[in-house]
Order: sequence, then C-alpha cells, then structure tokens
Amino acid sequence: MTLNTSRRGFLKAAGATMLVIGIRPDGALAAGHGSAQLTPFVKIDANGVVTAVVKHFEMGQGPATGLTTLIAEELGLSMDAIEYEFAPSDPSKYNNLFFGPFQGTGGSTAMANSYMQYRQAGAAAREMLIDAAARTWGVEPTVLTLQDGVISGGGKSAPMVDFFSAAAEMDPPANPTLKDPKDFRLVGNPGVRRKDSAPKTNGTAKFAMDLHLENQMVAVIARTPRMGGTVASFDDSDAQSIKGFIRAAALPNKAGVVVYAENTWGALQARDALTVEWDFSAAESRSSDEFRAELIAAVNTDPEFNAMKSDQAATAALIDGADKVVDHTYYFPLLAHAPMEPLTCTIQATEDGGILLHDGAQQPTGPHMAMAQIFQLPMEKIRINTMLAGGSFGRRATPTADYQVEAALAFVITDRTRPVKLVWSREDDITGGYYRPAVAHRVRVGLDGDGNILGWDHRIASPSIIKGTPFASALVHDGVDHTSIEGVFGSPYIIPGQFLGLTDVAKATSVLWWRSVGHTHTAYVMETMMDAAAKAAGRDPVEFRLALLSGGGKDQDRLAGVLKLAADKGNWGKAVAGRSQGIAVHKSFNSYAAEVVEISGAAEEGIKIEKVTCAIDCGIAVNPDVIKAQMEGGIGYGIGHVMRDEITLTEGVVDQSNFPDYEPLRIRDIAAIEVHIVPSAEAPTGVGEPGTPPAAPALANAIAANGPRVTELPMNTHGVTFA
Amino acid sequence: MAISLNLNGQTHKLEAEEGTPLLWVIRDELKMTGTKFGCGVAACGACTVHVDGVPVRSCQTYIEDLEGASVTTIEGIASKEAQAVQAAWVELDVVQCGYCQSGQIMSAVGLLSENPKPSVAEIDDYMDGNACRCATYQRIRAAIQRASEIMET
Ligand code: FES
Ligand code: FES
Repeated sequence: MTLNTSRRGFLKAAGATMLVIGIRPDGALAAGHGSAQLTPFVKIDANGVVTAVVKHFEMGQGPATGLTTLIAEELGLSMDAIEYEFAPSDPSKYNNLFFGPFQGTGGSTAMANSYMQYRQAGAAAREMLIDAAARTWGVEPTVLTLQDGVISGGGKSAPMVDFFSAAAEMDPPANPTLKDPKDFRLVGNPGVRRKDSAPKTNGTAKFAMDLHLENQMVAVIARTPRMGGTVASFDDSDAQSIKGFIRAAALPNKAGVVVYAENTWGALQARDALTVEWDFSAAESRSSDEFRAELIAAVNTDPEFNAMKSDQAATAALIDGADKVVDHTYYFPLLAHAPMEPLTCTIQATEDGGILLHDGAQQPTGPHMAMAQIFQLPMEKIRINTMLAGGSFGRRATPTADYQVEAALAFVITDRTRPVKLVWSREDDITGGYYRPAVAHRVRVGLDGDGNILGWDHRIASPSIIKGTPFASALVHDGVDHTSIEGVFGSPYIIPGQFLGLTDVAKATSVLWWRSVGHTHTAYVMETMMDAAAKAAGRDPVEFRLALLSGGGKDQDRLAGVLKLAADKGNWGKAVAGRSQGIAVHKSFNSYAAEVVEISGAAEEGIKIEKVTCAIDCGIAVNPDVIKAQMEGGIGYGIGHVMRDEITLTEGVVDQSNFPDYEPLRIRDIAAIEVHIVPSAEAPTGVGEPGTPPAAPALANAIAANGPRVTELPMNTHGVTFA
Repeated sequence: MAISLNLNGQTHKLEAEEGTPLLWVIRDELKMTGTKFGCGVAACGACTVHVDGVPVRSCQTYIEDLEGASVTTIEGIASKEAQAVQAAWVELDVVQCGYCQSGQIMSAVGLLSENPKPSVAEIDDYMDGNACRCATYQRIRAAIQRASEIMET
C-alpha cells in the first residue's frame, strides 16, 4: 500500500454552536462555511467541550486514545479535557492515508497514517483560536499561548471557548505550525492513560453486541457445516414451540437458514431445533491431512513463482557445495481469530429511506459499499454507526464484508419494519472459516566451514489471502501475493545466495489476514532457521544474526538495535539455573521487535514460560504504555496459538467448535513479560501486530536449546508438553 | 414460568422459560449489557456474575435455580474489594478491547473477597477460567496485586 503524501489543507466551518476543523474532501486549502461536506477531526462546542473525531475504530489497540492525544497535544489540553467520538463512514474524508480512498483500520497503520494529519488538525484549531483572541485584544498572535483551555499573553487571559465563534469566522492557516517535539507534554508521556479504561471496567462501554434497538429481532444463521454447501430445504416445525421464535427463512444466496426471534436465547434454541437438508455437491469434502500433504508436496517441487527473481540453480549449487546443510520442512495449521466478542451487527431502515448499520466496523468502506449494492441505494443513503469492537485480530475486516452482508441479506427479506441484529455464537466463529491459511515452508541453508551462510533456498506454499479481493492491485505483483512471502521477502538480513519460491495452493476454506498476516509463519521459519543455522555453525545465535545485519543500512541497524537491547535486558546467555532461553527478532509493519523467551522444564515433562523480554522500535512512541500493552498482547496472541491451537477438518467439517477445543492462552501460561522501547525520533510505525511474529520462534528456540526443534504446529501435538 | 429475580438489590418479576441461562435474562430482558456473552459453555468467563457473592458463569446458570438467591452484576458491585479492583484496573490500564473485562473484574473481586492477599500462584489458579483474547494477563495479575494493596490502606 502506498502512502498518500499529498498535502492536506484544513477547512473550518462556522455553525451557530460549533467550531469544526477538518479537511475538505478535495484537499484544497480554501475555507467555507457549509458544514455538510466537512471532515471534522476536532470539534469545540459552545460549552468548551473539545471532541476528537477518530477515524479508526477501537478493537483494543488504542487508536481512540492515540489520535485524541495528538489533538490534545497540539491544543495544549490535558487528556481529561478532551472527549472522542468515532467518525462516520465516509471514505472521501476519513480514509486511511495508506489505503487510498478507503476508510479502514489494519496493517498496524492507525497511528502511522494519522500522526501528521491529527497533529495538523489540532494545530490549525490552536492557531485559529489564538488569532481570534489576538484580533479581539489587538495584540500580535505570537505573544499568545494556548494551554489548558486558556489563551494568555500580552497581559490578557481568557478561556479559549470565548473565541470559538470568532475563530469560526476566520480563514484557517494553510500550513499550521506544529509543536516542536521537545515541547510535547502528552506524546511520549508514559503517564497518559487510555481514554476507555473507566467505561470498560464498570460495564458501561457499549459494544456492538450490546445494542438493543426498540422492536429489534435477533437473527442467527444455520450455516453449512461444509464450506461451500447450500440449503436444499429446511423444516422449522420443532422451532415453532420455542419461546420468542418468529420465523425461519433461507438466505437469498442459500448460504444458510436465518432464524429470527425476539431475543438471543430464543434464536439460538430455535436454530438448534431446525432441521436443514444441505446440498453438498459443490462443498469441500476433504480433510486437513490432505491439504497438509498437498502443501508439503508443493514445497518439494519447483515453485510457481520466483519471488526474488534470483537464480535458483545457483543457490542449489552453493548449497550442494556447502560444508553443512540445515534442512527443515515446516507446517502451519489453519487458525481462527476468535475475538472475544463474537461477530455481530445490527441493521435498520431509516426514516429517509436509507439504511443504518451499527457495527464494530473495522473497514467501514467495505460494508458501506456492500450495503449500497444490496439495498440498491446511493452511498449517501447508507450510514454506519461505529461501535466498540471486542477484539478483531483481522476477523472484522473481511474483503467480502461477510457478516455485514449476511445481516443485510437477513434484513432484506423481511418487511424492514424491525431492526435485525445478527448474532454469531462462538461455535459460528470457530467453524465459520476466514482462517489464517495453512502454510508449508521448506528451507535449506548451506554453511561454509567457518559457519557462514553460502546459500539459502526457501520455498513457501500457501493459499493466497489477497488474490480475488479489491486489495490485489496493491498487494499482488507478477502473481506473487506479497502477504504470502512478507517477512522473508523484505527481511533486513543480508543473506547471500538466497532463493525464494512461492507456490499458490487452492483454498480449502476461506482465508484471511490474522494478526501480523504472513509474518505469523515467515518469522517463525526465518528465526528458527537462524537459530538452527547458528547452532550448526557453532555460533551464538545473537552474534550469528548480528553478522547478517552489519551492512550499515538503517534497516539493519534498527533490527540489530532491538536484538541487542532484548539480549541485554533479557540476560541473554545468562539464564537462571535450570532454564533455557531462545531469541528471535523480526521486522513487520515498519517496526522492529526482538524477544527473549526463558523457559523452565523440558518438552517431555512440561514446559513453563517464565519470562518474555521484548524490545520494540516503533519510531516515536506516542503512548509508551499502550505500546507496552500491545507488545504484551501481541506476544500472548502469538504464543497462545502455537502452544495448542489449530483448526482441522474431517471430510470438510471443522473439528473444533468452541473454546474447550480451541483453547485460548490463559493467565498461567506466561509468568512475566517485560517490554523495553527504543527511544526514537523516526516517524511512528505499527504496534498492534509487530509484537506477535517473534514470540513463537523465540519460544521454539528456547525449547530447541535443550529439546526438540519444533517445525510443525501446534507444539502440544508435536512433542511438547506444557506445564 | 414466573420468576422473581433479585439482582443488584432489586427484585425483578419476569417470565422466562425453564432452562433459560441467567446471562440472557440479564442481557436481553433486563438490558443490562455489562455482563458479556463469549462462549455460552462456561469456558471463557466473560459472563461472570456473583450469586450470593460467589462468581459463577451466568451462561451456565439457569434462571429456575436462583429463587431466593441474590445476583450481582458488574453494574451492581460496590464492595471495598470491588472499588479497589476497579481503581487498580484503571490505574494500570488493564483493558484493551475490554470485552472480557467485566468478567475478569467479577472474578478478581470474588478472589479478593475470599483471599485479600493472594499469591501469584493463587491469582493464576483463580483467574484461570477467565480468558482474555487480547492477552491482558500481565496487567490483570498486577492489578489484582495492586487492588490487594489498595484494600490495606
Ligand atoms: S459466556 Fe459464559 S463462560 Fe463464556
Ligand atoms: S481485553 Fe480484549 S478480550 Fe480481554
């Protein structure tokens, strides 16, 4: 995805009660007084209440706090003196600057794409308020300052709210002056707290699942147990006696039978009472063992794509002539995202003939366009109310807008007088597809007598996540889906004689990005191969890696920097007696993360993860405590799944169904996590995902220090017991 | 059947079928949504409430079994332990998505009510049934220890 660097101007509008600063859709600098086409990032009302309008949704990664902080910083406000609200769906105004004309959150871009935009919005508001005060007082604006809601200087002082209507009459600055970073009070301050902590600890925070519209129906869907099956017929006679049951109907696309009820429990019970005959003629009927065999076979034949356009035969010759060869084949199973809040959204008709979707909307533009198409309405007749999302990890951002489309189809076949709330159960979630694809790798590394790498032959076989989606033009080049190889391709390591082959394998299930996307498997392979190669070379794994990062480029230096910091803080090489250590380092989403995992116990009797030490370089640390939390969470997400989670299929039917057989990470699983942030003046980069990739390989390397080299996941079915 | 439910100190008269989980009565009938649905099978703890002061999974607690019992949800907690836990949670910014946190807090309050100075092992044991997909566990552990401290002051 390319960065849209076009300069943005600000537009202000005067309303009777509000000063709004935003960007005009055409990006022009001119001011106007209408409000309809405004894109407000900052609002100030007559009572002096300042509200940041947040264009990213909140699934826990902290953008609501982060973007609000940028506005507050430039306006000289404390965090208590500013509110936030989620922006409406409008890709022409609230687009992710890295995604083109598309509003959405993902790829750990929320802060990276908003950092300058939101600071400029806050700075423009500050300059206008100060200019208005300067004019009123007949002083130079340069003598005035705005801090904590008060404009003062030149012997005068007054609350900024006194000037909001005068400011609204003025032309906005073409190029507002941003605060000098050395004057930051909030950005980089570890004491800045999340804006959403209080409502999320007293039960008042409203998630999409918590919506109760008057007269709403709850809809649950009986979906095909085999991917690709369709409804042949159904019988709801046993559902009739369920309290609250309204009716059942096949979805127009025959993908399932929708059950409408007065409440959730009634809907769930009525669905259980339904008998559905499925047409499986076009459905998947294979088992995951077969996909596994297919993937492994694919990495053992000539690849479909030469992703680095390097010389395959030359690499093979280098490895053939090597003193030592390290050769591992890897298999990664399907994984579900399983966000804590099961998928849900609510659709209602509006009085003006439009549609209102209430959703924890990760990528509003997708469902927005889908609604317009399904209801045959112009875009402006569709509105999306973005609500809090109980996690996502990628699941709420399907290119097909899958669950919103389901809700729309369930709504479109009613008389549309009652809002329809679609609810997924956990079973729907675990069995519902959109998995991290199953992937195989095979890597052969040839080493010379001194333990230096001579050649690195890397084969990947994976279904493509991106092909066939609207993101293909940005992320598929010459047939290569970048998300299948990212993390090998683009690695800062300077590896001689490298070949990277990719083979696309047909999808057995729908597949989707999953927290850190391709890096979920590429980091595991790169970093466990590094460890194995270092071992074969008889060299220290940190020193072995640093030698490949000594090229002097910024990319290499930053990766080496976190590696050294993690090694230092994690007491690399000085494990507590009876414990083993593993280390891994990986660049993803333009951030650099290294992790040391220290374990006790042995693979046969039971391993305990005693400590994870993380070093992260994500550029300017806007909110250090949120960054630490994201590393903690990312590490837990990475480790929990490799310990014991997989989705398998038997004759096309998913074997797992709920948390008892897709067991989440639990509190006992990791005894401690410590995070260290590299001080940096670089532009802020991602934090939601980069903590995940190094965690699993660091664990695998710790296990391999005194036990088996785990090359097939999950670990607990491949020779590793956890205490 | 006609039910009389004592919840957060108030008595609610309602109609519910036998076998209806308390979770859905709280969420859909009483429209109190602080108590969350995460799995429905007592495997995640998001739906944790107190029955007579003891944490239970409301998704596997049936409405007919609550006659005479007193139910407390996240909206109704006010004990010394509850105040300490909520203060510690905010102080340490435990939450990420927040969806599991009502349940985490109900369990943590239950723990501290039984055991005001739990060890790390006791915390891990007691909180084991409360899943957090965002993996906020480090902070949950720290916040329970912090709440224990707050309770002493
Ligand atoms: S919803 Fe009750 S334990 Fe998960
Ligand atoms: S905070 Fe998201 S599941 Fe716990």
